[in-house]
Amino acid sequence: MKQVLRNTAAAFALAAATAAFGQQGPVQIVGLMELSGTGATAGTNFDNGVKLAVKEINAAGGILGRKIEYTSMDTQSAPQTAKALAQKAVDQGAYVVMGPVFSGSFIVSMAETKRAEIPNFTGGEAANITQQGNPYVFRTSFTQSTAMPKLARYIKDTVKAKSVAMVWVNNDFGKGGRDSMSKALEAQGIKVAADISTDPGQVDFSAAVLKVKQSNADAVFVYTNEEESARALRELKKQGYDKPIIGETTLTGQKVIELAGDAANGAIAHVGLTVDAPQPGIKAFDEKFQKEYKYKSDHNGMKGYTGMYVVKAITERIKKFDGKEFAKTLHGATIKVKDYPGVLLDVHFDNNGDLDRESFLVKVEKGKQVVTATLPPVSPIQ
Amino acid sequence: MADFLQLIISGTATGAIYALCALGFTLLWQASGTINFAQGEFVMLPAFVMLFFINTAGLPLWLAFLLTCLVAMLLLGYTFKRVIVDPLIRHGVIPMVIATLGLSIGVKQLTKAGVTAQAMPFSSPFPDGLLALGDFKVSYADIGTLLMAGLIVIGLQLFLNRTVTGRAMQAVAQNTDAAKVLGINVQRMVLYVFLINAVLAVVAALLVTPTYLAKFDMGESIGLKAFYAAIIGGFNQTRGALLGGVLVGVLENLTGAYISPAYKEGVALLLFLVVIIFRPEGLLGKAEERKV
Repeated sequence: MKQVLRNTAAAFALAAATAAFGQQGPVQIVGLMELSGTGATAGTNFDNGVKLAVKEINAAGGILGRKIEYTSMDTQSAPQTAKALAQKAVDQGAYVVMGPVFSGSFIVSMAETKRAEIPNFTGGEAANITQQGNPYVFRTSFTQSTAMPKLARYIKDTVKAKSVAMVWVNNDFGKGGRDSMSKALEAQGIKVAADISTDPGQVDFSAAVLKVKQSNADAVFVYTNEEESARALRELKKQGYDKPIIGETTLTGQKVIELAGDAANGAIAHVGLTVDAPQPGIKAFDEKFQKEYKYKSDHNGMKGYTGMYVVKAITERIKKFDGKEFAKTLHGATIKVKDYPGVLLDVHFDNNGDLDRESFLVKVEKGKQVVTATLPPVSPIQ
Repeated sequence: MADFLQLIISGTATGAIYALCALGFTLLWQASGTINFAQGEFVMLPAFVMLFFINTAGLPLWLAFLLTCLVAMLLLGYTFKRVIVDPLIRHGVIPMVIATLGLSIGVKQLTKAGVTAQAMPFSSPFPDGLLALGDFKVSYADIGTLLMAGLIVIGLQLFLNRTVTGRAMQAVAQNTDAAKVLGINVQRMVLYVFLINAVLAVVAALLVTPTYLAKFDMGESIGLKAFYAAIIGGFNQTRGALLGGVLVGVLENLTGAYISPAYKEGVALLLFLVVIIFRPEGLLGKAEERKV
């Protein structure tokens, strides 16, 4: 009997010691990233942004004295794979999950992290992500319902277009954007002259561009993923389209400019984040990212980077690694650059997990994004 | 009317690229009974080889193209024949189909893991801009594609019909045993067909990659459409491959413009189904009978 008690006590002691040691071990953060498939550009950039932030945070001593152990897994841009990997991330005991970036994958995978009460950041912009009452969902970029009205106002006031042809990709991201933009254009009294759906991964945009030309609209709004945006721009140039080409974030991303070459020149977009913004913190990020990866980050790289610094800021605010408390604290939180330079711009999260901050209007000139205007947050950040 | 003409021209240009690949399908089938389901990847690989010569070795596009033709003839022509086709072909069509499907997946995954999963830009061999004749506008890229594909096809037809080697190749395609009796080196003629297929793939890569962008999965769409085009036109006729390619390209464009771009991708499949049901030998193909 004594022997049994002794053994049991030893086992408890060992378990307690292991648990205590575990508390001091690295914090698990898992990335569900589109490292291949149609979202490879977006996912790779987001992933690299997270990794850069993790490297900096760990070099500065980690979060609350604990290092971050970041592992990224490839969703192959497929929602079902993303869902399975989300479950794997839960099983691994992730403190926070980053991604997926694609709205379609995120909408499917977020149920797993919600069930496990793990905060989950996304690069997705589809409006319905944060309209489902999931308290563990947080964005790293604007929702479409915030971005599109800003853009529609620009189309009316600056471009002075009375009609617009819309080319959008038929996935959750594209459909959400199309719906938000249609509403925003209608609110501004702008007519949608052509409503053109394209497929994810579509390679030939000749018919879509011809439809745009036939519509005789004053401008075209292109809302597709990176590679498709580049192909659309190339086709627009090939067919001699000479009216304003307008997009939201993706259209003027670094990868799109690289892929589209000269065809990207003249494209205009509203972007939430750009490395060409005039802020010194963003310039510093641009240099660090280029030094690390030998290429220029797009907005997705910045989303991943800033998202990781939001994790640091909120965890230090709650002084413990508690997912539930984290989510509660981030709702309604404001994080300022002066306290956490890694967030790059002062940012405020609302109760749905949507964020608000400054944004930019950019134009591609000679293969580079040029910021033409800085737009204030929807509500001033206190 | 100007729009319609523009659609026909650009559709024919796209169709000409499908036709180049479809031609490869029909040539391989006629010469060796091989159906190559890695044909799309045979277009993707040269795109990356050309990019290597351009970006890493700093060579101009034309030189990169010529060097890639040599590499492709060695890898996608000679090696493909010796390592995959020769050992398997004697076991029938099914093992070949499975082997080339496996090759297709393997090549894609190797490119994804070993090179990049992301798309890469590829310069057009033709100048930017449009040729405008009144309301009718056509891009130099479409004109260049049509001219280049046309020249290749005409050159190939002349080679097959007007040269001794070309006729020997046709003889092998029509009746291998009779060709042997006539003293034709059958194996050599078959090898020539594989080499020609490799060069056609490089030309297709040069023409299509500026639009498709160089990516590990870029061959999926073109390979499938070329296969449909070859079946539609007639798998045992080179003229059929040309007709099938152009038909698919033009109909895709017309459907995209006058019905909806959403239906565009289904055109080739629909046409393929109609042909398979009502004229299984293809529009220009000849019915073949086989002993059971």
